[in-house]
Amino acid sequence: MERGGLRRIGARALHVSVLGFFVVALGFPFFWMLIAAFKQNIDLYTVENNPFLFNLPPTFEHIRFLFAETRFLRWLGNTALVGVLVVAITLVLAVPAAYALARLAGRWGERLGIAIFLTYLIPPTLLFIPLSRVVALVGLQDSIFSVVLVYPSMTIPFSIWLLMGFFKSIPKELEDAAMVDGLTRFGAFFRMVVPISVSGILTVVIFSFTLVTQEFVYALTFISPERNQMIGVGIPIYLVRGDVYYWGSLMAACLIASLPIAVVYNLFLDRFIAGFTVGSVK
Amino acid sequence: MAVVETRNLTKVFKQGELGAVNDVSLATEEGEFLVFLGPSGSGKTTLLRMIAGLETPTSGEILIGGQLVNHLSPRERRIAMVFQSYALYPHLTVYKNIAFPLKAQNVPKDQHDTKVQWAAGLLGIGRLLERKPRELSGGERQRVALARAIVREPAVFLLDEPLSNLDAKLRASAREELEQFQARVGTTTIYVTHDQVEAMAMGDRVVVMDKGRVRQIGTPAEVYDEPADTFVATFLGSPPMNLVSAGGTITGFRPEHFLPALAVAIPDSVPMRLAFSHEEYLGAERILYGALADGPHAGAKVVSRIASTHAGVFAKDRTYDFAVEKRHLKLFDEATGIRRR
Amino acid sequence: MSAGAKREERWLAPAMFLPAVLYILALVGIPLVLAVLYAFSDARIGSAGLHFVGLENFRSILQSPGFHKAIRNSIVFTLSAQVIVIVCSNILATALEEPFRGRGLVRFLILLPWVAPVSLGTIGWKWILDSIYSVITWVLVALHVYKPYSTPMWLGEPHLAMASVVLVHCWRLIPFSTVIMLAGRSAIPKEIPEAAAIDGAGFWRTLFQIKIPMMTPILSVAVLFGIIFTFTDMTVVYILTAGGPFDSTQTLPSLAFATGIAGSDLAAGAAISLFLVPVLVAVAYLMLRVAHRSEVA
Repeated sequence: MERGGLRRIGARALHVSVLGFFVVALGFPFFWMLIAAFKQNIDLYTVENNPFLFNLPPTFEHIRFLFAETRFLRWLGNTALVGVLVVAITLVLAVPAAYALARLAGRWGERLGIAIFLTYLIPPTLLFIPLSRVVALVGLQDSIFSVVLVYPSMTIPFSIWLLMGFFKSIPKELEDAAMVDGLTRFGAFFRMVVPISVSGILTVVIFSFTLVTQEFVYALTFISPERNQMIGVGIPIYLVRGDVYYWGSLMAACLIASLPIAVVYNLFLDRFIAGFTVGSVK
Repeated sequence: MAVVETRNLTKVFKQGELGAVNDVSLATEEGEFLVFLGPSGSGKTTLLRMIAGLETPTSGEILIGGQLVNHLSPRERRIAMVFQSYALYPHLTVYKNIAFPLKAQNVPKDQHDTKVQWAAGLLGIGRLLERKPRELSGGERQRVALARAIVREPAVFLLDEPLSNLDAKLRASAREELEQFQARVGTTTIYVTHDQVEAMAMGDRVVVMDKGRVRQIGTPAEVYDEPADTFVATFLGSPPMNLVSAGGTITGFRPEHFLPALAVAIPDSVPMRLAFSHEEYLGAERILYGALADGPHAGAKVVSRIASTHAGVFAKDRTYDFAVEKRHLKLFDEATGIRRR
Repeated sequence: MSAGAKREERWLAPAMFLPAVLYILALVGIPLVLAVLYAFSDARIGSAGLHFVGLENFRSILQSPGFHKAIRNSIVFTLSAQVIVIVCSNILATALEEPFRGRGLVRFLILLPWVAPVSLGTIGWKWILDSIYSVITWVLVALHVYKPYSTPMWLGEPHLAMASVVLVHCWRLIPFSTVIMLAGRSAIPKEIPEAAAIDGAGFWRTLFQIKIPMMTPILSVAVLFGIIFTFTDMTVVYILTAGGPFDSTQTLPSLAFATGIAGSDLAAGAAISLFLVPVLVAVAYLMLRVAHRSEVA
């Protein structure tokens, strides 16, 4: 009895310390961004000061600088615009394709679906060199439309894969019923399957949008002018003037840009994971 | 109202394989309640889905109201279908579910409300109209599915095992309701089930199917009392008909006709002796198991069903006098299983 | 389908999926072919012409010490990160499996490295690992491990820089791997560990003989994605060290960028990045086997 109680306390202590360690280790950089974002420069750059404390009163100077004297807002706007366009292209192409592959194309629809999923494994670092030429060829170099063109090639495969799983989980009888009730096959897809699949489609929207905010290689390769940058490249590359790092503003920018993305991504994470697991979790 | 007819209808899913439906020719009568009965895999659902236009026949013709409909899509066939899962549209309210066929068929908007209210009233679900399907019980869902089927006054109702998702108690009352409902609206109805009780209770006629073929079409009494072959004889009835064979002939008799000799009218009966083995007491009746003790069929396992009010006491391994009235003996050909007399 | 509806479907299916397939072919298939073409040519940024030079690019790459270093680094980074990630994420998934109060918040904090943009998280690490103002250095000085002004330069010394890159990769991948493990665990029917407990198996036996074997498919998915994300990544290296110091953290992708884009030698860059292909093919093959096995099961 006594031993069992001790053991339980021991197990609990272990549990708490394991979780505590990982929360600190994984969350620390973001905590550190928060501290740096509000520290005065003198405080930040005095080696003797305890970095965990505000040795001088907190300041909003870094945030003011970020919004007033950098193109941070412009980058946010660029990213949002690209995000919306990429989401639109992805939906228009991936939703019908996923339905056709899941429902109309039979056995080889499944195979084509897996083939499309595998293209998602092809990384930007393999394609950025030829694509930089393609982008230049179609005259989109240095324009945000270069990434609007290219990003759907990354979002569509995974979206098709996610949606195929989603559409397969809809009972076939629903579509049969809709067709008996007076719709064509396409009508059953558009007026019955799409409205039922709102949450699956929302998942694809979030996936595509967050991918746009997270991508780095293509944006770095295709776009050079500072004003046309995406947020993921603008902050780490263009907030650095020569060799001078404005750490306070830099950290504020990272935090402001990543937290909202992290929150929405987190909400939909379980659905993305269901896609990543390639059906090995039923 | 319309008559449904199939001519030599065949469906082969995989080339070279046996058809799921083979050469089925049948016709309903006007306003009839026709039941497709068979074990799973007998092709009854495939046959229904071909009539609905959800499967393409490999060959053969389908006629609805005298018109060839092979080339028509489901929505053009003036049919309504109730599915096993009911297939209620989960994102729509009950009202919108029922109104859906009207919308999809472009029925003028001003008629929607009257028709929905009429269908809902007919099924007594007026108070559920604003609910979503997930908030309904099994029985309520079934009524909504029926209301959705009836609302545009189809020529034919197709029902695919609509009671199989209900629990046993609800099923009995839903069965009776459905029967009454069909009698009231008088629409030609085709009903698929694997449950012989449903088939016998509801069908004007029953189509017994096995392995894609029609074994017999007839009224419940005909298929039960005068089975066309050994499949029908054993598929209907629980426990099934006793079949004993000798000399190329199978003799069949139902357990309820195989009775202790004293209970059978003497003049026209065939005596048999039963070596009793064990008994099941089922409340209203008793099922006696054993084997025939002598004669050409000695050793064949047989079952007797007697009322539990019967006072007889049977002991294991003892032999008793039993008998079957002659008119209850059915003879089948042993090679083909086809009924001789 | 009736015959008419069937005819509708015959063109409907291709009409619905061909646009997406063509888009992918145009922006993945064609560039893939171009990458191979460039690797055998003398393509440079700014010159439109293209001449075939055979294996010239590959010969010069294979002779350059930088390339050998990059291949070695890529492999070392990928393997060491994967080992650490799998061990840590298994521990973390075990700790997160049972519900407890505040689990949602803990999960969010743990997931931050994965769900926030990589480049931004990495820049946070760059500040943490700063040569002068590093918080790690400050703590170590405070603990008297180092004397002030003779502290290590985390990103400025080859071995420390390599360790830093591995650390950031692990930091980013542990959350991803953990949620996949959690998905794998929740897919094990509760009755099976319960049956094992009744049969007398303890915590470790249940873990090693029941849970982990049952999770093999999902474990392989986590590892395969982890390999792809580390092996083909250039964001972390590019931001953290830009390949330095003295090319000690250069990887295949970052070398391809440095050569192909920054150095304008498209052909050599394309040839370098082609060396990613064998790994990708192997991963794709294994992924297919996992998918196939779960399909059969």
